[in-house]
Amino acid sequence: MTATAQPGEPFVVELQQFEGPLDLLLTLIRDEQVDIYDIPIARIAEQFLARIKTLAIDQAAEYLEMAARLLRIKAQLLLPRNQDDESWEDPRAELVRRLLEYQQVREISDHLARMAEERRSRFARSWLPSQSIEPPPAPLSLSLGELLAAVDRVLRIAGEPHLHDVVPRPLDVDGAIRMIRSLLELRARARWYDIVRPSAESWEVLSALLALLELARRGELRLRQATPFGSLVITRESAGQAA
Amino acid sequence: MNPLAKLLEAALFASNRPVPVDELAGLDADASPAAVVAALGEIRDTYQTNGHGVELVELGEGWQILTRPEYTDAIERAQLAARPHRLSGAALETLAIVAYRQPIGRSEIEEIRGVNCGAILKSLQERALIDVTGRGEGMGRPLLYGTTPLFLEQFALRHLEELPRADELAVTLRVEPRAI
Repeated sequence: MTATAQPGEPFVVELQQFEGPLDLLLTLIRDEQVDIYDIPIARIAEQFLARIKTLAIDQAAEYLEMAARLLRIKAQLLLPRNQDDESWEDPRAELVRRLLEYQQVREISDHLARMAEERRSRFARSWLPSQSIEPPPAPLSLSLGELLAAVDRVLRIAGEPHLHDVVPRPLDVDGAIRMIRSLLELRARARWYDIVRPSAESWEVLSALLALLELARRGELRLRQATPFGSLVITRESAGQAA
Repeated sequence: MNPLAKLLEAALFASNRPVPVDELAGLDADASPAAVVAALGEIRDTYQTNGHGVELVELGEGWQILTRPEYTDAIERAQLAARPHRLSGAALETLAIVAYRQPIGRSEIEEIRGVNCGAILKSLQERALIDVTGRGEGMGRPLLYGTTPLFLEQFALRHLEELPRADELAVTLRVEPRAI
């Protein structure tokens, strides 16, 4: 595998077969049959540069970074050093570690590719192209606490919600009739507010009103109102008296 | 096959996803998980020995009826079903790193691969093979990724422990005789 870029032809086409600078480096090491623990940096760096030479810079920042790293290691190896210096660390060590790690990733991904291929060759009962049928689950990661806090914020913005309690409370017309009858037994005349307390609840008001109308219909009492919205005067009728 | 095995066969046929044993046990109040597992074995053996076009496979934390590989081409030619797209090499590498190192952040993945992985992580997330599983410590609290149940399903794995252990891998460069 030699780098033979034709003039004017973007080299990146050939580089696309590599997944990145580590992949290119591994390929060079394999092609050159060199020991990964004793990489001849000068030779590999030269090969590496030859491969990426014609790349446009913005396409290959990662390759260029690796090239710079290789040249730095090469320079560090050229520095004279004391043979007995035990603190000396091989400047290639970090690169070797990364290459081995990456090699491991390649093996795992080969393994995954084989398994995926095996699964791809079998259809499930109702295989559907899931991407086009149902949208993938939203990348939403929320804890219950975060969700409740968000609800709280929305409610604060929305202000106090109008809450209306519906409580089933049947009207008590019979009770009101009994009450009005007993009142009219004591007095011949009564006013609305003798029957309904000012603080009465709507169901009590309605019950009283219906009771009055019912008793008026039966002829037990007479209802009079001098002016519109005026006070209601209730008088015992003779029929009621007789009853 | 016994009545439980027939019930399970019907349920597995109706489902379009692998069904876990405890869900299968829910089909019959009298069936214990052990009886379900035994019945699943019976179905699998029946398919195996009687020469069926389908087989019962344990994957993705459940059981699923799948067609046999030898009929895939014919089924696809007739356009009755289509194989999903293959993942690219870059996507497989990224997925491999996530599978082994989860939960893992983008910068660590890029450190291992030596290239930018933002777009690939996004597309793997869109295919629902990985998802954000949390946030890491440190600057900016980076998003951490992990694999999803669909990953197990699409790679015919029962659980993550079925992946080869890192120390079981050959690592060809390591065992290669030291040339030169």
